[in-house]
Amino acid sequence: MNMGDNGKPKLAMYWAASCGGCEISVLNIHEHILTVDSVFDVAFFPCIADFKIEHVNNYNDGYIDVCLFNGAIRTSENEEMARLLRQKSKVLVAYGSCAYEGCIPALSNLTTKEATFNTVYLDNPSIDNPDGTIPQPTYQVPEGELDIPVFYNTVKSLDQVVDVDYTIPGCPPEPPQIWAVLQVVVAALTEGAELPPPGSIVGARTVAVCEECPLEIHEKSIERFYRPYEINPEPGLCLLEQGLVCMGPATAAGCGALCPQVGMGCRGCYGPLPGVEDQGAKMLSAIASVIGAGDPTMEEDELERKIEAVVDTIPDPAGTFYRFSMAHSLLHRANLNGNGKGV
Amino acid sequence: MSEQFEPVIVGFLCNWCSYRAADLAGTARLHYAPNMRAIRVMCSGRVDPQFVLKALKEGADGVLIAGCHPGECHYVEGNIKALRRFILLKRMLAQLGVEEERVQLVWASASEGKILAEAVDKMTEQVRALGPLRWQETVLSGNGQWVEATPVLEEV
Repeated sequence: MNMGDNGKPKLAMYWAASCGGCEISVLNIHEHILTVDSVFDVAFFPCIADFKIEHVNNYNDGYIDVCLFNGAIRTSENEEMARLLRQKSKVLVAYGSCAYEGCIPALSNLTTKEATFNTVYLDNPSIDNPDGTIPQPTYQVPEGELDIPVFYNTVKSLDQVVDVDYTIPGCPPEPPQIWAVLQVVVAALTEGAELPPPGSIVGARTVAVCEECPLEIHEKSIERFYRPYEINPEPGLCLLEQGLVCMGPATAAGCGALCPQVGMGCRGCYGPLPGVEDQGAKMLSAIASVIGAGDPTMEEDELERKIEAVVDTIPDPAGTFYRFSMAHSLLHRANLNGNGKGV
Repeated sequence: MSEQFEPVIVGFLCNWCSYRAADLAGTARLHYAPNMRAIRVMCSGRVDPQFVLKALKEGADGVLIAGCHPGECHYVEGNIKALRRFILLKRMLAQLGVEEERVQLVWASASEGKILAEAVDKMTEQVRALGPLRWQETVLSGNGQWVEATPVLEEV
């Protein structure tokens, strides 16, 4: 432990390609934030305090005791910061779904950087960009050359760039889980308690969201799926059985099944269950098993037609099943060299 | 001599029908493409979509799933489950840029050695025409990291 100036262990939190919700989730542990403040000395936390990269550059290697790193690796700057904070931190935590598995930013792995730029800078109805300017990594101005970070074609998770000690899943992680993890860290730093084995996923359970979900399950098979705006789900009944895509069966619990309880199918943000490499593939299996269409007595053509008709009601399977886990999926991204139809 | 591209096709064959069809094709001394590496599974319904994705990621150019005809499954409707999954998987693979010929499902009963052999021949030619997939080399590099395109943006 590095006991610096005031003797407290050093805490850092940094955002890469993220929305800022993870920072808010840390502050959202309510009065416990005071305990965090009394135990730790904040060494770097650009969202809440004024720190510059020079501060981090000037730290000795391993100066930061715990670094919560949220956000995916989207640009060369994200990668540079990940490497820097890895070097300066004893314990690096992939905090939240983006750092863990790519999350929403990684959905752009289904397309190209050029297509993303077109949407963001050129084609969007709310964009006013008559000269068609898009960011250039380097640009000549009279005063010299300016450069900005390079925007990668592929979004990566933190562990695909540097070694990660622990992972806290969630978009964002839920306050009780964050507090539980912080208590373990605080106990380790102040009382010498054991930390979980390196590489652990902490702050999540090893069962599916369905285990925590109070909605009632019956044996029912689906003849068509609905998008959330298309129906008002019956309260108290399993959403998947009502035809709403709910990622519960393929998602690790820990959140308390908050979304299904308010009528919105689980989005899948806590990532796959232990032992599962590809959350999307598991969800695909789960969805396929509730499809009711087709029975063994049908002719082969009719059988296919019936099943196709049900599958037609799921408009974006890859985007739905990999909503949070594209970067961490088996294939990581779409193959842009193939002549598959793409998205 | 110019080397012809030989696709690697991973075949998941069900124990009760298609693996026996492959056996029959062998004992009947049928000549067919040697490109399929057969893996016996108890039922086509055992084929987890993860198996398919993993095969594609780790070097297969195509994946063939073969099972009993609908209505003839040893486990009543394991093959129907396989079909439901396969239809959904095909949609997802299209979004991931995997050509549809690369992942196929065929029904071949224990007496249909010829049908299985023909399906393997046909698929081998289709995948040969598409060329190698080489997911690790083209999309990911060998160590699991990504090959980044040269960071140069074209002027707009």
